[in-house]
Amino acid sequence: MQEVPDLIACEECDAIHRRLALDHNEIALCSCCGAELERDMSSHGKRVLPLTIASLVMYIIANAFPIVEMELHGLASQTTIMGAVASLNAQGMPLIAFLVLATTILFPLVQLVSLIYLLVSINTTGHSSGLNLLVRMIQTLRPWVMAEVFLLGVIVAFVKLTSMATVLPGAALWALSMLTLLLASVFSFNPRYIWRMALPKKRGKKIMPANRAGDALSTEKTIKAEIP
Amino acid sequence: MKTAARLGFVSCHHCATLWKGVKAHDHCGCCGARLHFRKPDSLNRTWAFVLAACIMYFPANLLPVMITTSFLGEEQQDTIMSGIIYFWTSGSWVLAVIVFIASFLVPLFKLAVMILLLIMVQRRSSWRLQQRAQLYRIVEVIGRWSMLDVFVVSLLTGLVQIKGFATIYAGEGITAFAAVVVFTMLASISFDPRLMWDTAEEECGKPV
Repeated sequence: MQEVPDLIACEECDAIHRRLALDHNEIALCSCCGAELERDMSSHGKRVLPLTIASLVMYIIANAFPIVEMELHGLASQTTIMGAVASLNAQGMPLIAFLVLATTILFPLVQLVSLIYLLVSINTTGHSSGLNLLVRMIQTLRPWVMAEVFLLGVIVAFVKLTSMATVLPGAALWALSMLTLLLASVFSFNPRYIWRMALPKKRGKKIMPANRAGDALSTEKTIKAEIP
Repeated sequence: MKTAARLGFVSCHHCATLWKGVKAHDHCGCCGARLHFRKPDSLNRTWAFVLAACIMYFPANLLPVMITTSFLGEEQQDTIMSGIIYFWTSGSWVLAVIVFIASFLVPLFKLAVMILLLIMVQRRSSWRLQQRAQLYRIVEVIGRWSMLDVFVVSLLTGLVQIKGFATIYAGEGITAFAAVVVFTMLASISFDPRLMWDTAEEECGKPV
């Protein structure tokens, strides 16, 4: 088995392309089916760690405080995300309770913590134990992190309740909105590039093209990769 | 069109490194993942998930997803559709449209598209490859939004537990509905879009 370092195959149509040295913020597209082949991550790579830490802070607030408060005939009621999961479980819906627990609490936490661990250890030592396993896990869990869908669910539930009771948004709702924005930014970074970040140090050579100075604000350009 | 398969190369699913001379059960030298020529058993698995989702689609829409008891002891049962109609008649048109798209149209669209893609691959069709590739990309992105109703019901059951005045319980329908969403997501994950291009003999779909 031998590596073919200068070529790349499209993930969607399998067409072979030459691996191009990408400039700042450039995206290489498959010239056959239009899927994304590669993306320059040199500037985003530096932003991911602070964004991930900010997400973790927002995650903690979103889980610690009540998300919606309600008042009906002088009786108040409130719930956290965990409270909703617990009451589903108490009503004999353990499968749904687990699904909500996994997609809104468990998976986001696992993603954020392992991403912080990976980025910190790559920045400091250049490698990390369990790197392969963790990146593969982050990639597999990615479609199952549903913070943004949950946020829309909170809004729909909120409007539904306004007709029967007085409802107030809880502190966690604002944190959840921030978390949704931050997560979108964090995961515009494809975890696949963590290998790119770790490998040059492993092999002692630089694969990523040098970051050009002076065009930090240039917008994303797309280029069509050529078929050799 | 030159594809990795025709040149005897295998691309790693996880880190996109390209390898040649791969034998069965080899692991990627870069990230350690198992190397597959194509996603394993893709068509069978996708069909299985699609059929499971089709079966669950009926209880998901017929059984109540939410049961509300008010302080007079009245009980009201809501299905997915009656929830949407409630929003529409009470004047929240925007929400009615959002929930209608996320809970009704998206699952139906996903099932139809996955069945279309599967049949096209099995018939070795090269009809509109570009558009089919786009359809697959759309299905991958929108699938998760169907979870909306599951979250709405779970929040309402967590919040509205005021004994003697109003209590909301989750109904059996929501389990079936969640199963539809999970099965369709698993179906699109286990489908390998490269199979569409493998069977098509035609050159790259687009005129250069």
